[in-house]
Amino acid sequence: MKKNSKVKSAVTNPIKALLAALRGGSVFTRLSFVIMGFGQIARGQICKGIAYMATQALFILYMIFFGGGYIRQLFSGDLGTRLSGEKWNEALQMFEKIKGDNSFLILLYGVVSVVLFLLFTWIWILNIKGNYDNDCKIAKGEKVFTLRQDLRALINERFYVLLLALPLLGLLIFTVMPLVFMVLIAFTNYDYAHMPPGKLFDWVGFRNFKTMFSLSQGSSGFAFVFLRVLLWTFIWAFFATFTNYFLGIIIALLIQKKGIKLKALWRTLFVVAIAVPQFVTLLLMQKILDSDGILNKMLGTNILWLTDQRYLSLLPRTMIILVNIWLGVPYTLLMCSGIFMNIPTDYYEAARIDGANPVTIFFAITLPYMLHVTAPYLITQFVGNINNFNVIWLLTGGGPVDNLHYGGGSQAQSTDLLVTWLYRLTTDQNPKYNVASVIGIVIFVISAVLSLITYNRTSAARSEEAFQ
Amino acid sequence: MKRGMTRIWHKISDVFVYLLLATLGILWVLPIFYLVYTAFRVTPSTGIINTVFPSGLRLGFGNFTRLFRETMFARWLGNTLIVSASSCALTTLFILMVSYAFSRLRFKLRKPLMNVLLVLGMFPGFMSMIAVYFILKAMGLTNSLFALVLVYSGGAALSYYICKGFFDTVPKAMEEAAVLDGATQPMIFINIILPMAKPIIVYTVLTSFISPWCDFIFVNTIISERDKYTVSLGLYKMINAEKNSFNDNFTTFCAGAFVVGAIIVSLFMSMQKYYVEGVTSGAVKG
Repeated sequence: MKKNSKVKSAVTNPIKALLAALRGGSVFTRLSFVIMGFGQIARGQICKGIAYMATQALFILYMIFFGGGYIRQLFSGDLGTRLSGEKWNEALQMFEKIKGDNSFLILLYGVVSVVLFLLFTWIWILNIKGNYDNDCKIAKGEKVFTLRQDLRALINERFYVLLLALPLLGLLIFTVMPLVFMVLIAFTNYDYAHMPPGKLFDWVGFRNFKTMFSLSQGSSGFAFVFLRVLLWTFIWAFFATFTNYFLGIIIALLIQKKGIKLKALWRTLFVVAIAVPQFVTLLLMQKILDSDGILNKMLGTNILWLTDQRYLSLLPRTMIILVNIWLGVPYTLLMCSGIFMNIPTDYYEAARIDGANPVTIFFAITLPYMLHVTAPYLITQFVGNINNFNVIWLLTGGGPVDNLHYGGGSQAQSTDLLVTWLYRLTTDQNPKYNVASVIGIVIFVISAVLSLITYNRTSAARSEEAFQ
Repeated sequence: MKRGMTRIWHKISDVFVYLLLATLGILWVLPIFYLVYTAFRVTPSTGIINTVFPSGLRLGFGNFTRLFRETMFARWLGNTLIVSASSCALTTLFILMVSYAFSRLRFKLRKPLMNVLLVLGMFPGFMSMIAVYFILKAMGLTNSLFALVLVYSGGAALSYYICKGFFDTVPKAMEEAAVLDGATQPMIFINIILPMAKPIIVYTVLTSFISPWCDFIFVNTIISERDKYTVSLGLYKMINAEKNSFNDNFTTFCAGAFVVGAIIVSLFMSMQKYYVEGVTSGAVKG
């Protein structure tokens, strides 16, 4: 309830403020609804006013010559109507090239323009608010801020604006806009049969979601494929996370054990693996485990470590998890060494006085403590593994292909995670961007739910200012 | 009598632990050893060998000379250095700015913004890769290292979480004292908070410096000209580009991997202390 009202007030507050400014504002304020920066210039805030005016001018020019058209097309209900191609011109007796619409560009530039429009609206509101504030100040007999005072505010009470502006701009361009774009793709039929500029694609509503989650036979329903990939994604994430975690703890404990010498050497042996970039070691592992690889040559066997598709590709799946242990345990080891140092030693002493043996100590003290401290880490790892593209893609490429179990056209393979499936759908010879987008949204929902659980847990467990 | 028994018991368990550690240690080192071994193997010169110690085995630096003379590895190395140095500077700056604002400053949109960033960070990066490519294309930036820097550091604000956790633990009293002395916010940020945040800064610098060395998917999408490759894409293409490229280039690939590994190792060695501190202070307690 409380959250709801907060959201509501976030929307209604600016509108209320605008209405107040319109009703109670001076002539300058009212004029600044139409001509941005007018009031500021009239009151001596020349730089600010000119900046506002320039923004408005640029925005209007942009909308007239570029953005406006795209926004109109974006909201016209279809993503372009004219196909590009060639047309016979009777008068000139030759083929003329026609530049048709490009659905992709309409969508992309449409999104960009809408984002710019929202940004501009926000600046517009700021402009009016600034004017209204000036009104109030003058009414109280105070002076309006000079440029210098404004700048000083920027490094004091409004320092956060200075700090956040650039990072958030980067986020807007390289994360938010692409994301909105890709989410919209999920509601179109953008695939290899509808590739601009030769063809157009169009809105299809929830049809892709229906395809993904329906069970009909043949190539139209992917529900079975989807469930299989989803199930394997979770199985993989579970094993990848917990094997790394527990083996890491155990090895860390072995190294930490009293009486074991050369602790640094042992630790280095494991940590060396981190030095080489992950994709290199993965490629190397793939070559080692190849059917012609050195492992088979050394064992004198002919085992298809990564491509055997019997028993639901059990062998490749196991190998992936084993290789992942090799990759991930060193990181857990590093982390554990740090945490073990922090476990209060009096716990151990008390246990020892009570005559507990090492195994009991591990299960009664070390493990609970570790689980308590690293619970957030575990969940982040789990989410990270759900999205662990590199390990799967570089080892098996998602394969082996066993079409027996898959609906035609889904292009999913037996060790595919949702992410690798998504990637294949976008980079394949016959891409299906629309289906890929649906998968992306599903991945997002899964990760979001898990991460929000973590976030709430951790923020409930400790207050932000507990240590200040 | 009993004490003697426990001592023997300890000895036995120690031996057992040593054996276990040695076995596991060998398992962990073997692939790396294989990599180094292949990097220095001159003859037989190509592909995977049939036996561990083939006849006519010769070791030397031949693969490295080949790497630097016949491939564009030196160029790629330079590209990667440029990209990772600049994206590391930008990323670190962005992360520090954002986490400082979220941790120490109080403003109206703080909580909502933090939540929005948290949610945004959960979208898989792949999903928007194509769109990013076309936005860059519209800006005329594809096939440039600058685009890579933008892409790597553009999303930096999303990973504010660890660093903010660290800033949260810095006592507020010092800051208040500084405010009484008339310090401005930027002065507090630069003179008080940043020096105390050394471990987390080193951690951020290291992780952001290394990520361009390991990413090949984004590079693969954005860069198509050979002389603009980073090492990771160069190495990836070296053994995955054509059908026979693996057999022909495997030893050279290993040599390249060795060089990259050596660079990363030396970085970590010099900063190891801070790295571990950073990981444990921010990530775990965080």
